[in-house]
Amino acid sequence: MSRRHIAVAVGLLVLLIATVAISLATGPSALSPAKAGRILVGAVPGLGSLAPPASATERAIVLDIRLPRLILALLVGASLAVAGTVMQSFFQNPMAAPSILGVSAGAMLGATAAIMLGFDIGFWGLSAVPAAAFVGALAVSAAVYLLSRRGGRTPVTLLLLTGIALGALASAISSFILIRGQQGDLDMVIIWMMGSVANRGWPEVQMILPYVLAGSAIVYLYSRDLNVLLMGDEQAYYLGVPVERVKLILLILASLLAAAAVAVTGAIGFIGLIVPHLMRLLIGPNHRILLPACFLAGGVVLGLSDIVANLAGEIPIGIVTSLLGAPFFLYLLHRTRDYEF
Amino acid sequence: MVGEKQLLTAEGVVCGYDGREVLHSVTMGAARGEFVGLIGPNGSGKSTLLRALTGILPLSAGLVLLEGRALDSYSRRQIAQKIAVVPQVTGHIFSFSVEDYVLMGRTPHLGRLQGHHASDLHVAWEAMALADITDLASRPVTELSGGELQRATIARAFAQQTDILLLDEPTAFLDINHQHDIFELLARFNREQGKTIVCVSHDLNLAAQYCQRLVVLSEGCVHTEGPPEAVVTEQMIERVYHAEVAVDIGPGGAPRVSLMPGGSSPRGEQR
Repeated sequence: MSRRHIAVAVGLLVLLIATVAISLATGPSALSPAKAGRILVGAVPGLGSLAPPASATERAIVLDIRLPRLILALLVGASLAVAGTVMQSFFQNPMAAPSILGVSAGAMLGATAAIMLGFDIGFWGLSAVPAAAFVGALAVSAAVYLLSRRGGRTPVTLLLLTGIALGALASAISSFILIRGQQGDLDMVIIWMMGSVANRGWPEVQMILPYVLAGSAIVYLYSRDLNVLLMGDEQAYYLGVPVERVKLILLILASLLAAAAVAVTGAIGFIGLIVPHLMRLLIGPNHRILLPACFLAGGVVLGLSDIVANLAGEIPIGIVTSLLGAPFFLYLLHRTRDYEF
Repeated sequence: MVGEKQLLTAEGVVCGYDGREVLHSVTMGAARGEFVGLIGPNGSGKSTLLRALTGILPLSAGLVLLEGRALDSYSRRQIAQKIAVVPQVTGHIFSFSVEDYVLMGRTPHLGRLQGHHASDLHVAWEAMALADITDLASRPVTELSGGELQRATIARAFAQQTDILLLDEPTAFLDINHQHDIFELLARFNREQGKTIVCVSHDLNLAAQYCQRLVVLSEGCVHTEGPPEAVVTEQMIERVYHAEVAVDIGPGGAPRVSLMPGGSSPRGEQR
């Protein structure tokens, strides 16, 4: 840990606390960040004495509406950023993002099919849409992987091209289903496509929490392998990494992380691309530090984006991340001469 | 040919790429503490043999034995604890510091949950001191010159603390002074620490000067092997490299090859 790493860690934690306070205070009912924060702290078992005088409605707004939405944004952001970091190192290519494996297109197909075919009914207390999206995302990324195998190996170029092809195929099928659909369903699909954490509650948090936490933790166990994989497969092999097995595990983990995120919020662009880039520029490529930083930063960035989406009159968060993310990304690329991965 | 003391051996190895057979039944070995040079013209299979010795290439026949046991009975991690490889490294696109790069040599000795201990850092710094790159420790590998990167990669292999070191043309693309520096470094490592080295080289003079034994490959087979003075002869070079040369004794006592003016035959591949 260098001084720079500590500075970045402190900066991220401060941003996280600010995000929590502002997010809980943002919404149609006016509540100060301080009061919202105290309602949250007061809800912690044993700290009830710190709770401010607040109506039951205010408490419900903070704890049952805004808190799950915030936590969902943090989890989804963290998940997408970690998945993006893994993909970029895996492909040794800074252009890589979870969408390359067909995860987003697969989720899209699953969700579209569920909405259009009228499966949007109760399903373990949840809509079937996230479940269908999750299945679609995993199915397409598994197909991409299996079709890219050549004699026990998975050449990276083949994987990329297969991902593009299957992604296009899945998107085409989604469009086909869409074009046959009814207006009401279409609106639902479009909203889903743009990605949103609005109107989500504790059930969605519960659905993705195990995937995000367990997935990220297991990825972290592979941080040294990820460092070594950046040297290329051959050198990783010489340094004692069983390359094919490790790559399969990482691919499954990245797909799971991205699929879990996309399943509950729809497609949210740029987080998986921009956060790893930004963090790598700030603290370098060592995954033992980079991965936790991306986990935190991904959450913070999506949390802040959701505040903007909320203030802008409840627009889909995917519009915010792309609207702010794309120019910022261009600026980063422009600023960095001799781009170093 | 393959004796009891052999540490790493290829026995009747047949292998290649995509169905194209490059090595046709190659048998050779390196004894503990030996510094072996693999020489031969371009396309003779030197690098392929080296890669077969690392276990990365699937064999279509034959065996590679490490301490008398088939190499494929070891896990990747176990192999990396015994064999370090310095491949031809041309450049990197990610900005690890030289220290972090050399520390990666500790990978096969660390558990999944384990961080680097002070002892790992110590090993890495000793390796950097041996390779004379301690002043580069905090520089990003992306900013190193070819010679510096080669040294850093050798230091990483030293940090792996293996008995065996395999190198693929470690002096390719280097200036003449750097070429000698690298071979001096390897010779010292071999002499002082008793490490076994197998090194592919296209430079006959360097190989003859520093290696204890040379294995000459020609068209995927072992043509000759033995001490440099027995192997590096005008006849061998004429037959294997199709080049007409004069061989005398250099200032260090090793055979020295000089190309005759206009002495390269039309089929010659000697650079």
